[in-house]
Amino acid sequence: MSFLAWAEAAEQTPIGQAIRESAWLVPALESGHLIALAILSGAVLIVDLRLLGLGLVNHSVATIHRAARPWFYLGLLGMLSTGALLILPEALKYYGNDAFWLKLGTLGAALVFAFTIRSPVINGSIRLFRGPRPAVRAVGAISLLLWFTVTAAGRWVGFSS
Amino acid sequence: MNELLYDFAQWTNGLPLGTLLRTSPTAYPLIETTHVLFLGLFLGTLLMVNVRLLGLSFRTVSISEMNARLLPYTLAGAIVMLGSGVALFVAVPLRSTQSLFFRVKVLLLLGALLNAWWFNRQLRKAEREQLDVVHAEQLPSPTFARVAAVLSIVGWLGVAICGRLMATPWFDCDRQPQSDLVNSFAGCLVGNLPPPLIDQAASLFADGTVNL
Repeated sequence: MSFLAWAEAAEQTPIGQAIRESAWLVPALESGHLIALAILSGAVLIVDLRLLGLGLVNHSVATIHRAARPWFYLGLLGMLSTGALLILPEALKYYGNDAFWLKLGTLGAALVFAFTIRSPVINGSIRLFRGPRPAVRAVGAISLLLWFTVTAAGRWVGFSS
Repeated sequence: MNELLYDFAQWTNGLPLGTLLRTSPTAYPLIETTHVLFLGLFLGTLLMVNVRLLGLSFRTVSISEMNARLLPYTLAGAIVMLGSGVALFVAVPLRSTQSLFFRVKVLLLLGALLNAWWFNRQLRKAEREQLDVVHAEQLPSPTFARVAAVLSIVGWLGVAICGRLMATPWFDCDRQPQSDLVNSFAGCLVGNLPPPLIDQAASLFADGTVNL
């Protein structure tokens, strides 16, 4: 099935139709999306700042990472669920939107980076801390840059067509 | 009061900066994107401090340290939020002044700022008195910190939600009849309705033009 066929099918789902026809569901879902953005941003930032040698510098990255993890998952769950529900009613519009594909691409990259590089570096299965400091900082900077792009492209979806 | 605010909005509407923001196809979207990005920095760092105040996470970090280490980032976020927010208001002053959600947003913002000031005063006092609860790790949070955290979360999330709801046509002044209470609180002046209302969130710049 092509993406186009998926988009057409998504718009025809009962949930997609219900959201499209409701006057308040989209503003409510977008409000929820904003709140989840704040939670996810906090959880990502507090760890990435620490990787950059900023913020809670008196504690190990692993400690901060562990404490932030539930908020990362809560924020991510909130973002993905409200995001999916926002796509359903307007899937064809998003299908033709460049900013949307940039957002989806960088979201994928940010998640892959978080789970295959950032987490292993922090918990020590990739032994970067014995290596050069700039490498650790680079992990924080790349993570920040990826999430930054996801957010900016996400807002830009509403401005581009 | 509503007349005064309307006159102020009229004056703001005539500012060259407003015209600049309205005629540039990219200025408004760029400023709004900045506003959302720094919401992540501002509210994100603030929420992490608040979950510590509630004792939910980061319990190995003392309240004092959590606050001191993250406050610079929260403040930096707040300054950019305020600057970009003022610019967004200057671009669309009449519509914003006659918006129920904008007014609720400003009131919640003032309340949340008051709460932040009160919390920091209490925290400084506790620090001066060398209270263990703010310096030590793992101890339950003092009551003032828990109260401030709940007020902060409710207030700032309310501010963010009102920002989004401003882009809906709900309670707009051109949707008459509305109750006198709504009209008066939203600042609707009969005979002085704002220009055709716009959906800032989606349609305004979709075709690259500004239509005010």
